[in-house]
Amino acid sequence: MRRDIPLIITFVCGLTMIVQFFIPHWPFGEMKSYFQQSYMIIAAFAMILGICNLTKLHLKKIRDKRSQWGYSIVLLFGLAAMTIPGLFIGGIKEDTIFDFLFRNAHVPMQATMFSLLAFFVASASYRAFRARTLDAALLLIAGFVVILGRAPIGDSITWFLPEGYRMSEFANWIMAVPNTAGQRAIMMGSGLGIVATSLRVILGIERSYLGGE
Amino acid sequence: MNHGIVDKLKSIDRRIIFLFVAVAVVVPLLYPLGLPLKASPPSRSLYREIESLQSGSVVLMAFDYDPATDVELGPMSLAIIRHCFRKGHNVIGMALWPQGAGLARTAFAQAAEGYDVEYGVDYVNLGFKAGSIVVIDSLGKSIHESFPKDVDGRPVEDMPLMRNVRTYADIDFVMSMSAGDPGLPFWIMIAQGRYGKKVGGGCTAVSAPMLYPYYPNQLVGLLGGMKGAAEYELLINTKGAATKGMDAQSIAHALIVFFVIVGNIFYFVSKRREKRGDVRV
Repeated sequence: MRRDIPLIITFVCGLTMIVQFFIPHWPFGEMKSYFQQSYMIIAAFAMILGICNLTKLHLKKIRDKRSQWGYSIVLLFGLAAMTIPGLFIGGIKEDTIFDFLFRNAHVPMQATMFSLLAFFVASASYRAFRARTLDAALLLIAGFVVILGRAPIGDSITWFLPEGYRMSEFANWIMAVPNTAGQRAIMMGSGLGIVATSLRVILGIERSYLGGE
Repeated sequence: MNHGIVDKLKSIDRRIIFLFVAVAVVVPLLYPLGLPLKASPPSRSLYREIESLQSGSVVLMAFDYDPATDVELGPMSLAIIRHCFRKGHNVIGMALWPQGAGLARTAFAQAAEGYDVEYGVDYVNLGFKAGSIVVIDSLGKSIHESFPKDVDGRPVEDMPLMRNVRTYADIDFVMSMSAGDPGLPFWIMIAQGRYGKKVGGGCTAVSAPMLYPYYPNQLVGLLGGMKGAAEYELLINTKGAATKGMDAQSIAHALIVFFVIVGNIFYFVSKRREKRGDVRV
C-alpha cells in the first residue's frame, strides 16, 4: 500500500497532464490548474524540508565532532543570521536587516566564490587541456577561436584581416553552425530519453524515485 | 629544451598561475585598454526586437539567477531595463530563483535613476515563486493568481500596471536572464512553444552554446555572458560594468590560451623525451 498509493498518484497526475495538453477543456483544464497549484505549494514546502534537513545534518555533524565540523557552525550561523531577521525582524522587504545582509554579505560572498573559478580554470588549462589525439587537438583549436573570438581581444589580434574574416566572425560561426548542430542532436536524443523515462515513471515501471528497495 | 626547466615549469606551483590571473584581471580594470567591441548577431537581434516594440508595451522579465552569476547577468538586466525605460515600455520583473527577486530589486533601482518612471505604474517586481516550469505555465492562466502580491507584499491588484495585465495575452515580450535551471529553455518551451509569445534573454557565457539551437526562431535574441552584456551596453550607447570588464576578460582569456599552449609544448617535449627513452628519474 505504501508503494501503491504514490504509484496511483503518479499515474493519474502524469496522465492528466498529457491529456490536458491535447484536450484543455473541462475537467482536464481544471485538473491541470489544481495540480499546478499543488505543485507550487509542494515545491515551497520542499524548500522548508531542505532547510530542516540541512540543519539536522549539520547539528549532527557538530554533535559528533566529525571532520571539519567547525564549518557547520559557520553554516548554521549564516542560516540563522539570514532567517531570523527575514522571519521576525522586518521581513524581507527593502531596507530591512535581511535586505542589508543580502546586498552586502550574501551577494559579494557568492560572487566571490564563483569568480574563483577563473583561477581554477587557468590552472586546469595549464595542466589538463592536452592535444593528446586529433579530436582533442580540433577541440582545442575550436576552443581557442571561441575563447578569443568571444572577447574583444579576438578581433584586435586579427586586425590585419579584412572585415568579416576576423576572429569574432569565426567564433560566431562555430557557435551558430557546428555547435548548434551538435547541441540539437544532443537535445533530440535527451528529449526522446525524457519521454521514455517519463512514460516508465507514469506507468510504474521505473520506481527508483520512490526510494528504498 | 633543458630538462630541469621543463620539469620545473611542468609542475609549477598553481599559486603562481593564480598570481598571473590576478594581475591579468586587475591591471586592465585599473588601466583600461579600450579594446574595440562589436555586437554579435544574437545581441543585435534582441536589441532590434525591444527597439521595435511600441511605446507602452509590456515586457515580462524573469530574473532567473543568483549572486554567483550577477557579474554576468546583472549588467545585461540593467542594460535591457534601461533600454525598455528609454523606449517607454513597462517592465514586469519576477524570479524563478529565490535570490533573483533581491537582484531584480537592485537592478530596477539602478535602472530607474535618470528616468521618469514610477513603481507600480511603469514597472513592478513580483518577486520569487517556487515551482519552476509550472509557474511559467500558470502565468498563461492568471498572473494575479500566481503572484497575488509583489516582492514587498503589496497587492498586485492595486497596481495600475497590473490591472490590465492578466495573462500572456497581455504581454508583448518575454525575457529570461538565465543562469541555469529553471531558466530560458523552460520559457522557450512554455511561453514561446505553448503560448506563442516572443522570447529573448540572456545567459551565462558557459550556457550560451546550449541556447544557440533555439536562435533565431524560438529565441529572438540572446546575450551570452559578460560580452553579451557589453554588446548590449554598446547598442544602447550606455557604458556600464560589462564594458569596463571587457578588457580584463580579454586579457584573462588570452592568458588561458597562453597557458594551454605552454602546457601543450611541455607535454609534447616530455612525450618526445619518453619516446627516446630519455626520462629523468
